[in-house]
Amino acid sequence: MIETFYAAAVITIVATILAITRKNVVHGLLYLIVSLLAVAVIFFALGAPFIAALEVIVYAGAIMVLLNLGPATVEQERRWEPPRIWIGPTILSGLLLAGLLYGLSSHEGQRVAASVIEPRGVGIALFTQYALAVEIASMLLLSALIGAYHLGRREMDSPRAIP
Amino acid sequence: MIVDIPLASGLSVAAVLFSVGLIGVLARRNLIFILMSIEVMLNAAGLAFVVAGARWGQADGQVMFLFILATAAAEVAVGLALLIQFYRRFGTLDADAASLMRG
Repeated sequence: MIETFYAAAVITIVATILAITRKNVVHGLLYLIVSLLAVAVIFFALGAPFIAALEVIVYAGAIMVLLNLGPATVEQERRWEPPRIWIGPTILSGLLLAGLLYGLSSHEGQRVAASVIEPRGVGIALFTQYALAVEIASMLLLSALIGAYHLGRREMDSPRAIP
Repeated sequence: MIVDIPLASGLSVAAVLFSVGLIGVLARRNLIFILMSIEVMLNAAGLAFVVAGARWGQADGQVMFLFILATAAAEVAVGLALLIQFYRRFGTLDADAASLMRG
């Protein structure tokens, strides 16, 4: 998996640099999604399959959907994006997939990394030693929920609010 | 044979990612790009934790990544709500538009 690791590392850095230098927000977000997928491949190569899955689900899924909805609510774009903006992210994702397939096929047996930390170990550590931190994280998420609801509501009595 | 990924290369990737995110925060003025750059920086910090956890074979690095994930989710939710309020008030996403508290 070491070649896969280096390929994913290069793709991560290239996609991140492309993401923060785009003019259009949506183009940048597409490259950022590729960057997060590449980081997920790095986690897989490092022997952290649970974290790799969470990276795809939570980061590349949930957080990127939120960031995509942000510009959608403020810009009100009426036209479709031209298909050529998909070319760069598609090429980078294809390279990533090729690297992952190469890493999975080129080694014998079932082991993909030198030492894999199973999700079981992570869960046991999470809910025994770190149980208090889990409670604190849940309170943080609750306060973020309330804060986002409070900040995001439309102010009816403000004179400068857009009706 | 299976080669262990060296600690230095993993941490280098995390450092480069963090630097790119920091440059994005400092250089871009669009608020959505600033939020994206903060996400990149948090992700780089999590990558460093997972690399270190893999190096010593402990699950603690992955547990810390879970907490960073929760923090990033909370940050982006509040950040986007602030961004929508910012747009309603100023009609733009340029961070320099909010210069009332400039020294």
